[in-house]
Amino acid sequence: MSAPLLVFIVLAALAVGGALNLILQKHPIHSALSLIVVMVALAGLYLLMGAEFVAAVQIIVYGGAIMVLFVFVIMLLNAGIEEHTNFSKLAGFAGIPLALVVTGFIAAAITHANDNVLAASQTGAVAPTKDLSMMLFREFVYPFELTSFLILIAIMGALVLAQREHR
Amino acid sequence: MIPTSYYIILSSILFGLGVIAFVFKRNIITIFMSIELMLNAVNLAFVAFSRALGRLDGQVFVLFVIVVAAAEAAVGLGIVILIARNRQSLNVERVDLLKL
Amino acid sequence: MSFLYANAFLLISLLKIIIMVFLVLTVNAYLTWFERKVVAHIQSRWGPHRVGPHGLLQPLADGAKFLLKEDPTPAGADKFVYFLAPLLSLALALTSIAIIPFGPDPLPWLILGQKIYLGITDLNIGILGLFAITALGVYGIALAGWSSNSKYPLMGGLRSSAQMISYELAMTMSVVGVLLTASSFSLRDIINAQAGSHGLFGWQGIFSWNIFAGPLPQILGFLCFYVAAVAETNRVPFDLAEAESELVAGFHTEYASFKFAMFFIAEYTSMITVSCLCSILFFGGWLSPFPPSWTFTFYLPSLILIPFGAWVIWDGLKYETMIGKAILPVIGLVMLGIGGALIALPALNSFIQGPFWLLSKILTFLFVYVWMRGTLPRFRYDQLMSFGWKLLLPVSLANVVITAGAILWRGY
Repeated sequence: MSAPLLVFIVLAALAVGGALNLILQKHPIHSALSLIVVMVALAGLYLLMGAEFVAAVQIIVYGGAIMVLFVFVIMLLNAGIEEHTNFSKLAGFAGIPLALVVTGFIAAAITHANDNVLAASQTGAVAPTKDLSMMLFREFVYPFELTSFLILIAIMGALVLAQREHR
Repeated sequence: MIPTSYYIILSSILFGLGVIAFVFKRNIITIFMSIELMLNAVNLAFVAFSRALGRLDGQVFVLFVIVVAAAEAAVGLGIVILIARNRQSLNVERVDLLKL
Repeated sequence: MSFLYANAFLLISLLKIIIMVFLVLTVNAYLTWFERKVVAHIQSRWGPHRVGPHGLLQPLADGAKFLLKEDPTPAGADKFVYFLAPLLSLALALTSIAIIPFGPDPLPWLILGQKIYLGITDLNIGILGLFAITALGVYGIALAGWSSNSKYPLMGGLRSSAQMISYELAMTMSVVGVLLTASSFSLRDIINAQAGSHGLFGWQGIFSWNIFAGPLPQILGFLCFYVAAVAETNRVPFDLAEAESELVAGFHTEYASFKFAMFFIAEYTSMITVSCLCSILFFGGWLSPFPPSWTFTFYLPSLILIPFGAWVIWDGLKYETMIGKAILPVIGLVMLGIGGALIALPALNSFIQGPFWLLSKILTFLFVYVWMRGTLPRFRYDQLMSFGWKLLLPVSLANVVITAGAILWRGY
């Protein structure tokens, strides 16, 4: 039980626990907090794999901006506890075991695959940010400029949607 | 030290939990959060494969996925605010008809 | 014994963390004393001067008050989130101290076979890690405001978090100029880049710091960063969301005693972090303002400590109360002792130069923080938001573009 494996198990348990909590909680703000826990755990996993820049961007953008947006909307809309509607028992009995079986099947298929890639060990060697940025601004410069367009369109869309009705 | 398949299994578990949350929850905002959970699971798979293959393409693509998720969350939550304003409820079972 | 050597790194890091937490909490306590004294003197009054000599034991009294007060929870508050918010603020604020390097050289002795650097860690993504922690700090305030189930905290919390996320952008963009100059995110590399540069007109020392030298002197970047950082930490003149005359007490209205103390400590700790960052990024960190060839300036710490210690002894001997007559001369003697030891042991003297200059810069920035609190009026909320979005963000973006242009033009 080496240290990296221990850290992986702790972070993976946090991530899965957070995702389960997202499903099981009734109030959306608690689900949002659980999702933040999942994102921070995933950032830890990225650090374990050596992707330090991606980990930092995950916390800054996902955890510090997108989830803040979710939390603001939940607070502003005063979202309360979910109402209790008629939950189909058949869907519960058949659906959840089926989902587990499908997930297990995919997992088994992956682990028994004959590919060298999946058995390769993650060394945890650090990926230099300089190489990442070279690749981003050389091979991927066209998608990069397109994403800036995309953000501009999203800002305009959000502004138009949030306008008050003016007659 | 840690085989790549461990990360892929974790990613598929998270994705499966995201799908379960998407199907079973009734609050629009929680459904949105399950979409973000699924995107995160995919990001984890991208980074795991990028390290296994020794290339950085996966990590660059993760940055793009994060940007797209941000744009989608912004516009989507704008729509959610409008729905809440018009229907006075955040329950998806109330917004399944075009008629108010 | 071999267990100690096998896990040496982990144990040493744990020890450093414990020491650092104690140090930061003590500095916080005396920072509150310092603030109250300075603001009081700006306002022509005394400040705390009864509890202990010159009010030096006031933080102890405050701490006792915080621990012993009643701790009510508002009705209808979401209990889990209500308890989580101050914990989150405090944990994040204390974590940011881990990334800051305090001195260039390791200790001269090896402990358990490890070199002990002053500073808990040196991340490759140092400054990005600090920004990540700052970004998460918004949650403490937003959740505190919401979970109190009351109007004023909700308004204050929402306003405060909106302010924080607006100024976060300007803060991160204004640092990019420094990052372009240093070509690295790591804080130690940034300071070493300032040490290695040739400085303005080729002069070393103060003229090689980022604010005066490099491809473009980062004056605009520093001003943007400082203003944005003051807004991030919710201090005057940007503290509308927690001001007493505006919104009762903003997001921490419903918090009493220990939970309020946690918010308080988090705010002062983030003040300390911002001061550390300003000195490291723009003012050379642990580099002395004198050129390295002027080794006679190594005696400056002793030159400051010895007269100050003598004054403290003289002031203590004629102090009114018995406690003052007992404590102050002891403090003065300790200062004289340290000053004398520095003159006598040149190895210790050269080791202490780096941390001494960094600490003086940090104290200067903390004094400017407190000075602004005593003198400036606060912004109105719409003025604050338009200032952040319409002035600071475009200016910091312009700084990035101009710095990049300067690098290309001067061929760095």
